[in-house]
Amino acid sequence: MKSGVGVELDNLSIRFGDFTAVRNASVKIEEGEFFSFLGPSGCGKTTILRTVSGFQEPSEGVVRIGGKDVAGMGPNKRPTALIFQNLALFPLMKVWENIAFSLEVKGVPKAERRKRADELLELIAMPDQGDKLVDELSGGQRQRVAVARALAAEPQVLLLDEPLSALDLKLRQHMRTELRTIQQRVGLTFIYITHDQGEALTMSDHVAVMREGVIEQVGNGKEIYDDPATAFVASFVGENNAFAGKVTSVNNGSAVVSTAVGELPSRVATAARGELKPGDNAMVFIRPENLTIAESGAGGDNHIAATVANEEFEGQSYHVFLEGAGGCRIKMSQTNKGQSRASSVGEAVTLGYNPDQAVALPSGTLSDEE
Amino acid sequence: MNIGVLARKFFEKNGVGMALFMIFGVSFWILFLIVLPQLTMVDFSFRFKLPPDAIGGAQDVYTTTNYEYFVKGSPGNSDGWNRVDVTVFWRTLIAALFVTVFNFVICYPIAFYMAKVATGSWARLLALSLVVPYWINEILRAFAFRIIFGDSGLINTVLKTIGIIDSSIDFIRADIALYAGLGYAYVLLMIFPLYSAIEALDKNQIEAARDMGSPWWRIHWRIVMPFAKAGITSGCTMVFMLSAGALAAPQILGGPSSLWFTQLIYQGFFEYFNWNRGAAYAIILLVSCMIIVLGIMKLFRVKMGEIGR
Repeated sequence: MKSGVGVELDNLSIRFGDFTAVRNASVKIEEGEFFSFLGPSGCGKTTILRTVSGFQEPSEGVVRIGGKDVAGMGPNKRPTALIFQNLALFPLMKVWENIAFSLEVKGVPKAERRKRADELLELIAMPDQGDKLVDELSGGQRQRVAVARALAAEPQVLLLDEPLSALDLKLRQHMRTELRTIQQRVGLTFIYITHDQGEALTMSDHVAVMREGVIEQVGNGKEIYDDPATAFVASFVGENNAFAGKVTSVNNGSAVVSTAVGELPSRVATAARGELKPGDNAMVFIRPENLTIAESGAGGDNHIAATVANEEFEGQSYHVFLEGAGGCRIKMSQTNKGQSRASSVGEAVTLGYNPDQAVALPSGTLSDEE
Repeated sequence: MNIGVLARKFFEKNGVGMALFMIFGVSFWILFLIVLPQLTMVDFSFRFKLPPDAIGGAQDVYTTTNYEYFVKGSPGNSDGWNRVDVTVFWRTLIAALFVTVFNFVICYPIAFYMAKVATGSWARLLALSLVVPYWINEILRAFAFRIIFGDSGLINTVLKTIGIIDSSIDFIRADIALYAGLGYAYVLLMIFPLYSAIEALDKNQIEAARDMGSPWWRIHWRIVMPFAKAGITSGCTMVFMLSAGALAAPQILGGPSSLWFTQLIYQGFFEYFNWNRGAAYAIILLVSCMIIVLGIMKLFRVKMGEIGR
């Protein structure tokens, strides 16, 4: 098995006629890392993957694989293997023939192909299933066969285009762990495309969040979640309450933003340091789990007055939907620690939060996915 | 489930009018237009050629004379076997196979291009330009080929003008015009089954194979053709059957010394007025073609049901 190599996108733009699918994307993916492109559908992430695999030529910019410019090199010549969203297993071939297809292409003798396929079937914990047809496998098994087939080509970079999206939730979670394990075992560079932030955060070493063809932020899961670079990232990754307003004061990495629900003190996101000035339009993002119900009657800073509109129980936590001043909708989550309920509908409460867990960012487009 | 229940369900599902039309229409079609005429031909083929007043008389008994004639020829025949007819028979089948293969080789890339490469208005234009020539009737198209391939036809003139040849090539005598004409006549019958079979193939399969380093020919050999097997068989079957059974093209484009087996059948019916022998020859052709087609289907492991798709 070859070891992984790094992939570098250097100021990549991809246009289809008048439509720009990817705009000035620059990203450095280290060798052997699990890197995800995360974004809503149509954000250009699949186009990037197709460009790395060689099915699409960039309009501008350079793709380097292992430090080498791969312009003009076809997908059959690149050290990459792509796992398609629908897997694209060959239905008329047996499982082992599917896995060994890349070896067949290389002219490896049949006995050796079979042996290699059996080894890979071992790796994906499906021994003795080589003679089945693809149709006879379950969703998770097909998934694993697709991985084995891609690995058989001995790629240095494995590209995965939302391969888990067709599976049900339990299986998807299981396959996440499994993919991560396989990746660590084989040491290849994995580039993973997903619109599911849970998938991206759990598996990846680094995540690039994309919107409308632009990479908005690159970082590890913690950075993306706790220190978003744009309003879009803050609203797309995980759940977030957004409070729009104007900056009233900035002081050493923290800011106060005047919003419809009051003056909200918050931490300025790293990416926005030095950028936010008093008078600017800004947004304060507070995650539902960082809100608490404060002592009644508490007022002033880092408190928001709201009325409980609805409450949902989701097993591990309660979700409380509130309405603040000016019709502002707020969501609060509380861990289920055995309390019979989190709030009572119609009750006027005061929400509190830690200003360090509230992030101030320049105003921007929010994710429209609720 | 018995017939009564099935019939009631069929009527309930389709309504009385539609159900009656389907039942009577289809039975009429199958029984009166296909089965009975063919059975009559089979019956003809096993009888002597008799003057009208002897038909139904004592002499009108079953015989294999007409089939024996195909093998042995007339009694005074010096060869001891019917050299001319048997030779024409084999030549026709082999030529029809050749036309089929030739047609497939030409149509497969076009069908693939239409199904997987061409997009939007260009694809529609392509389909239209394939269909429109078929508005012209078969005889005219055959004569057009005769003109193109003739002694002073387009091809010979061009070849002579640019100096590749000195004297005209006799495409008609060499049967090249015939093969080209037959191939052309059934292009659509080959392209459309191929097209609809290839069209259903998931494009990702092709890309996956490419991604795994496959050269283009292996993609076709291992992925596209196996997938389109039923369509390929369906197209080839139709082209083979129709080429072997073609009459107009061989009449018009065939060389003076070469005969197509259908011309012998035609002669039997209309030149010797021997319907019995004509029927026997037609049945020999039909059965042989069916055996060849079934044999090929078995060889490529295609089931009859798949062809209907």
